[in-house]
Amino acid sequence: MPSQQLAVDRVFHALGDPTRRAIVEKLSAGPISVSRLAKPLDMTLAAVVQHLQVLEASGLVATEKVGRVRTCRIEPKGFSVAERWISERRSLWERRFDRLGKLLGESDRE
Amino acid sequence: MAKSSVTHSTFIIERNYAVPPEQVFAAWADPAQKRRWFADGEHAEIEEHALDFRVGGIEKTRRIIMGGPFKGTPLTNDSVYLDIVGDQRIVFAYTMTLGEKRISSSQATVEFLPNGKGTILAFTEQGAFFEGADGPEMREQGWKSLIGQLDKIFAH
Repeated sequence: MPSQQLAVDRVFHALGDPTRRAIVEKLSAGPISVSRLAKPLDMTLAAVVQHLQVLEASGLVATEKVGRVRTCRIEPKGFSVAERWISERRSLWERRFDRLGKLLGESDRE
Repeated sequence: MAKSSVTHSTFIIERNYAVPPEQVFAAWADPAQKRRWFADGEHAEIEEHALDFRVGGIEKTRRIIMGGPFKGTPLTNDSVYLDIVGDQRIVFAYTMTLGEKRISSSQATVEFLPNGKGTILAFTEQGAFFEGADGPEMREQGWKSLIGQLDKIFAH
């Protein structure tokens, strides 16, 4: 089992590449087959598969072959649950306070 | 049966608004205004928003998620108001439930601090997050904000 430090290094290496970040962002909307993932990326399927292997090794992404289709998805264990929850809950309130600002801005003009 | 696992966290958000505290407070107290910034605007259809703004009063928000793997799943906020000091402070507790599963319980304290002609809104959330439930918001928005931050770091 990788040490804590090694796991962190792998995640940073995985996310240090803009294509891999684009892949993770795409997968955050839901699971997708490798061929559909590769389409908008404008690179060979082999190149995409290599990126996916790095992401899988870092624990961020999981892939599964069922029949002839390989599907990829975000692997939630890749990041600490606590960090993700805090980050998301905070973002949710930030968006709400943005909208509150707009609402107050409207009333200010009356 | 899965073991219970709870994560605790506290975070603070501060915002500056160019209007007096009474106005900002009113946006929390008046159901019509509250709905517009609190319930509206997320990628979900509002099924219900009801607000009884008094100590012991309940606020219920129910939204249906519109897209992604949890499309059609209801996301519910149930709040109870614990402390209200007019134009100054609101304290409430709330749970979030995704489908049948409660995913968190939190206490939120909101302070409306006069700042010249405007207001500082100080929001403190102390929360307990329950095992595993990886809601769609977390999956999508959490990743997006994280990647946004990383983009900034690696852009140099």
